[in-house]
Amino acid sequence: MTALLVALGAAVGAPLRYLADRAVQDRFGARFPWGTLTVNVAGSLLLGFLLGLPLPPAAGVLLGTGLCGALTTYSTASYETLRLATAGRFRPAAANAVLGVAAAVAAAALGHLAATALPWA
Amino acid sequence: MGERVSGPEQRRVDPDVDLAVPADRAELPAHPAAVLAAVSAGGVLGALARAGLSAALPHDPAGFPWPTFAVNLSGCLLIGVLMAVLTKRADPPVLARPFLGVGVLGGYTTFATHAVEARQLAADGAPTTALAYLAATLAGALLAVWVGYAATDRLTPSVGGTGAGQRAVRR
Repeated sequence: MTALLVALGAAVGAPLRYLADRAVQDRFGARFPWGTLTVNVAGSLLLGFLLGLPLPPAAGVLLGTGLCGALTTYSTASYETLRLATAGRFRPAAANAVLGVAAAVAAAALGHLAATALPWA
Repeated sequence: MGERVSGPEQRRVDPDVDLAVPADRAELPAHPAAVLAAVSAGGVLGALARAGLSAALPHDPAGFPWPTFAVNLSGCLLIGVLMAVLTKRADPPVLARPFLGVGVLGGYTTFATHAVEARQLAADGAPTTALAYLAATLAGALLAVWVGYAATDRLTPSVGGTGAGQRAVRR
């Protein structure tokens, strides 16, 4: 049952990342990896929010482990930082690495805070 | 890295999809169902591997999140290997990157879990562990992706000469 919920969430999360990444690049260009940064921050915000809610464990597995886990990616973000650095673009590389982590953790905290501040909590 | 390869692949920053790479831009309009199905199926496999590993590895909720750390570092090593292999090939299979890179490795690694774990550690009065976790993941992941790419780049012969990724997406 757990495996099925993980699979269902991931089946949606991974293609959602691909489509969102394309949409962001369409609008903001591909020189800096804004698309991956956006999905990672959005997924962290959503997971922080979900974990602040009194959800049944199954919902956490479906939406947390499955959806948010597959929506966000560490491998893509790290490869981007490496590409920027080896192209000699050290400031964008450092920005991608540090901004990505800082924004994701801030988003997770904000999501959690929002969930616990809402009347149902 | 990739010095012997010229062409659009050199413009790639994003391994998931980079609209500066013409083949990436063309793949979704050309085969929307196949690309999205490959990403989705790969994502399922990657997420199941992550969930399985997380369940198998012991984890103290108040301590360093070793399972996610292990998942993210191993996934970063593998994306380096994968992208080096694909970059070396003049005409890689159209669905290889969507399935293995975007799907399997993207679904396997996770940014959101690592962010909420750090938040939880800080909220539970362990901000030093939280910071150490974030810094160790960041540094370890970059080292892993570099080692994966550089080692594979050195060990893999170029297939089909230069011009990787230049050919249009086709069946």
